[in-house]
Amino acid sequence: MKLSVAALNSYYGPAHILFDVALDVDAGEVVALLGRNGAGKSTTFRSIVGLVARREGRILFEGRDVSKEPTHAIVRGGLGYVPEERRIFTDLTVEENLEVGRQPARSGAPLWSKDKLFTLFPNLAEMRNRPGGRMSGGEQQMLTIARTLMGNPSLVLLDEPSEGLSPKIVEQMAHAILTMKQEGLSILVSEQNLHFARLISDRTYIIERGRICYSGTMAELETRPDIRDAHLAV
Amino acid sequence: MSFYVVQFLTGLASAASLFLVASGLSIIFGVTRIVNFAHGAFYMLGAYLAFSLTERLSGTLGFWGGIVGAALIVALIGVVVEMVLLRRIYRSPELFQLLATFGLTLMVEDLVVLIWGPDDLLGRRAPGLRGAVDFFGQAVPTYDILLIVLGPVVLGALWLLFRRTRWGVLVRAATQDRDMVAALGVNQKWLFTSVFALGVFLAALGGALQIPRDAVNHTMDLRIIVDVFVVVVIGGLGSITGAFVAAVLVSELNAFGILIFPKISIILVFLVMAIVLIVRPWGLFGKPEAAARQTPGLSVRPWQPLSFNERLACVGALIVAAALPLLGSNYALIVGAEIAIFVIFAASLHFLMSVGGLASFGHAAYFGLGTYGVAFLAKFLGFPMIACLLLGPVLGLLGAMLFGWFAVQLSGVYFAMLTLAFAQIVWSIAFQWVEVTGGDNGILGVWPAAFVATPARFYWLALFVTAVSVTLLRVLVFSPFGYALRATRDSGLRSEAIGLNSKRIQWTAFVIAGTFAGISGALFAYLKGSVFPDNAGIALSVDSLVMVLLGGVETVSGAVIGAIVYKALSIWLVSYTDLSKLVLGGFIVLIVVAFPKGIVGTFGSLVDNGRLPFFKRALPGASQAEGAE
Amino acid sequence: MSMAPTLLAVEDLSKSYGGVHAVRGVSFSLAAGEILALIGPNGAGKSTCFDMLNGQKTPDRGRVQLLGDDITGRPPRAVWRLGVGRTFQITATFPTMTVRENVQVALVSHANCIFNVWRSTPAFQRDEADRLLELVGVGGYADRPCGELAYGDLKRLELAIALANRPKLLLMDEPTAGMAPRERIELMRLTARVAREHAIGVLFTEHDMDVVFEHADRILVLNRGALIAEGSPDDVRRDPQVRAIYLGEGLVYDARHREGAGA
Repeated sequence: MKLSVAALNSYYGPAHILFDVALDVDAGEVVALLGRNGAGKSTTFRSIVGLVARREGRILFEGRDVSKEPTHAIVRGGLGYVPEERRIFTDLTVEENLEVGRQPARSGAPLWSKDKLFTLFPNLAEMRNRPGGRMSGGEQQMLTIARTLMGNPSLVLLDEPSEGLSPKIVEQMAHAILTMKQEGLSILVSEQNLHFARLISDRTYIIERGRICYSGTMAELETRPDIRDAHLAV
Repeated sequence: MSFYVVQFLTGLASAASLFLVASGLSIIFGVTRIVNFAHGAFYMLGAYLAFSLTERLSGTLGFWGGIVGAALIVALIGVVVEMVLLRRIYRSPELFQLLATFGLTLMVEDLVVLIWGPDDLLGRRAPGLRGAVDFFGQAVPTYDILLIVLGPVVLGALWLLFRRTRWGVLVRAATQDRDMVAALGVNQKWLFTSVFALGVFLAALGGALQIPRDAVNHTMDLRIIVDVFVVVVIGGLGSITGAFVAAVLVSELNAFGILIFPKISIILVFLVMAIVLIVRPWGLFGKPEAAARQTPGLSVRPWQPLSFNERLACVGALIVAAALPLLGSNYALIVGAEIAIFVIFAASLHFLMSVGGLASFGHAAYFGLGTYGVAFLAKFLGFPMIACLLLGPVLGLLGAMLFGWFAVQLSGVYFAMLTLAFAQIVWSIAFQWVEVTGGDNGILGVWPAAFVATPARFYWLALFVTAVSVTLLRVLVFSPFGYALRATRDSGLRSEAIGLNSKRIQWTAFVIAGTFAGISGALFAYLKGSVFPDNAGIALSVDSLVMVLLGGVETVSGAVIGAIVYKALSIWLVSYTDLSKLVLGGFIVLIVVAFPKGIVGTFGSLVDNGRLPFFKRALPGASQAEGAE
Repeated sequence: MSMAPTLLAVEDLSKSYGGVHAVRGVSFSLAAGEILALIGPNGAGKSTCFDMLNGQKTPDRGRVQLLGDDITGRPPRAVWRLGVGRTFQITATFPTMTVRENVQVALVSHANCIFNVWRSTPAFQRDEADRLLELVGVGGYADRPCGELAYGDLKRLELAIALANRPKLLLMDEPTAGMAPRERIELMRLTARVAREHAIGVLFTEHDMDVVFEHADRILVLNRGALIAEGSPDDVRRDPQVRAIYLGEGLVYDARHREGAGA
């Protein structure tokens, strides 16, 4: 098991946001966390990497409990995180953005170089010295993923990679994610766009009001319109 | 001609230290988002330590070793401050950080006097650089030449550091988004500490390098910090190149201002700053501030109008307060009147801060203008007291109209720094224009009219004006204007999009707050019977901030409670200790770290959390509601 | 639709930043009661276009007319006074106020009585505020601080705020982003209904093709700052150029909106 989360509870101030969230990601798997806006997808991700003030529960990453570790230590251990808002360093060039993400090679995880990433995202290669602030939303989304891959993670949390992107770019993003999977990367991706999730993921969890309310393979979900209707408001 | 060239070179030499301190402030602000008020204190410590070290170490190596050693020691002190204090408040609102570092400054001022004494100290001259270079028949000190060269060298070194090293790239990344840097596996704690150490090192080096040129004394911190604020506002916060250009500009203005416009030399720099800000609100090299990420847990529960019972309680409290003359001594009545006056002062700032989101660091300017307004009318025109009380605050109103127009063009820390600078202008005029204001000797003999000449009657007058003022401010909060003001605070984008003229609304609020501050100043002049420049001083501005914060910014009753508690405490403190700055500074730091929500806010939270069920919903308190994601 | 009077006329709108042409010579018009979608790849200049329409940005060249009045370059608050409501891509509301008060502030502004000191805002046109909240479907949250609302509800609140101005034109920047599919449809149906009832023109941007093809009367396609196609949903989804640069193979939106399936 690459990542195993159990009994995860999170809070913002006095507000209780996540309730006993449990989910697993196997090595080499792409798992989708589906749910509406505000259901708790981003909070789940932020809790796993330690970006919420208060979290309780067990978070096993490669067999090691990281639930008490600070963010940078968790990430240094090989767990990459791509936030929903992209959060590109707008004053830094594409190359410098990648430099911030750079970490040493890690055994058991695919190794990424700038050149290899430029092959994965050809658009970026043409704008190495452009400041991040002068890129379009789609290019920024690619850069934020490339930046996280520079840390040579073995698992990546991708928070809504298709949000706000044009259909064509979303398709490119799906191809990139499948390539990353082929390289041996494990991926947990949160999504609202069911069409997109269908293209990339093996298994899925549905989260609603901070609770996991369904889990199964993507194929099973296809046969359950009642579930989709009740929890995803499709 | 050559005289002007030499004057120009002197200006350049002065710019070196100013640049070092300002660039340090800029670097620290960039990453930590803290405007380090204590930067002046570190500059001063650098000078004092360099003085002591160079006295003990001999020779050229000893001198330069002493200078660099002093800067290193202060940088270490900075590391300790960062780890012990600042790490606790990185998530606090910027205002709290500014206050905490101000508290630190107060403490250092008293400590420096304890260690080195109150007198000016003259440092050693640099060995080998004692002479002067002949420049078209005029002498330029060799040491100045060194400083002139040093400025660009440091600028170049910093540029290389930030552009060509991984550390520099990380720092620039953290300047934009520190959480994201952590999410990429960088330990930001050490990044912050190292940045703070570098910034403090630069400040202390700036101080240490001054000792062959200037005497070392315990007021140099506030003098430099005002100049540095002006430099970073002109150059643009966060820009090192901007700090350099602005340091040169300000130093040259100082050097030539004295020659060309000796009367207004102090104001000249501020005039230039005002012009720069109109043309480029974020400074010459600065960038528009990205909207600050909302700090979770600090959203305000919508204020509610008082219930019938609460109104009854307020009237009851007022009746009890009005009964004080039946019980208290004359001294108690004078203290009571002073507290009442400061309740108005604090409430006016609270209105601006909590409803308008505009944290003024120079609110004393309008208080001071109110006092002088009364003094001018009473002494020069011989107006009766009632007329003075009604017309005196008009000076505060006019000052707020003038300065407020500039100030509301900015927001956040820029607003804070600009209001501080304006207050310094008012203070400087009061201090320097001796013919009119009497300078440091003030204007004496402003006595109340016979009908309020007894302490009891004056107390009642003060209490009456206070009750009316606080009520008016409260009515304003719930009026359409109050809501429009809150709207501009909550979202400038949305307010403009629903047809609100944000700047005009904020300006109006600034004028209202300035006028009420003027009213409190007018009463204060009669209470004391005299008027001094310190009525517009930085210390008083900070007092008002502490009162508001002590009570709690995000509460309606905070200012009133805060003013009462703080004023009573400080009057008591001053009568018991000589080290009032040390104690007060420590107190401010403690409030910021331990009670970030203030008295009323903390009380409200306890109620909300069910720990004090008896008071359920009795007090408006801060709530921490935050939606998921 | 062609019978309705022209509400918004945009001519030759252009804007560049540091030598890059963000928007180049865009012209179009919008009739009262019409729902017009503006689509295009990320970075095509949609947001810049929007910002120039409501005065957030000043165009380098070109003209924007609202019912014959030239509003080019006027500040947002002046454009609002002429009857233009806007919702933002990232919602902008007043988080320290209740949901109802958010609308009341807009009503106060609409009534132009900001400087009336003696009125109490919490009592100001309370019924009208509640009616608007009810209309957009967040009536149940009127007394909640708006900072507590879920994202989709904030979008609805923004619509209520815009409607408080009795607008002639609504500019909606990605109005359904972050919503579940059913919520998207509900919100757009509501918008369409209000637009028809009150003859309000609606211009919106959106990346969700299910929403665009379902609800737009007409579609404009922007690429690299210039309009490359304009027409009915059917015309646009058949346009090979639009498919090549924007729609892709149609794998990520509903099958019934793919080319050929629509008719």
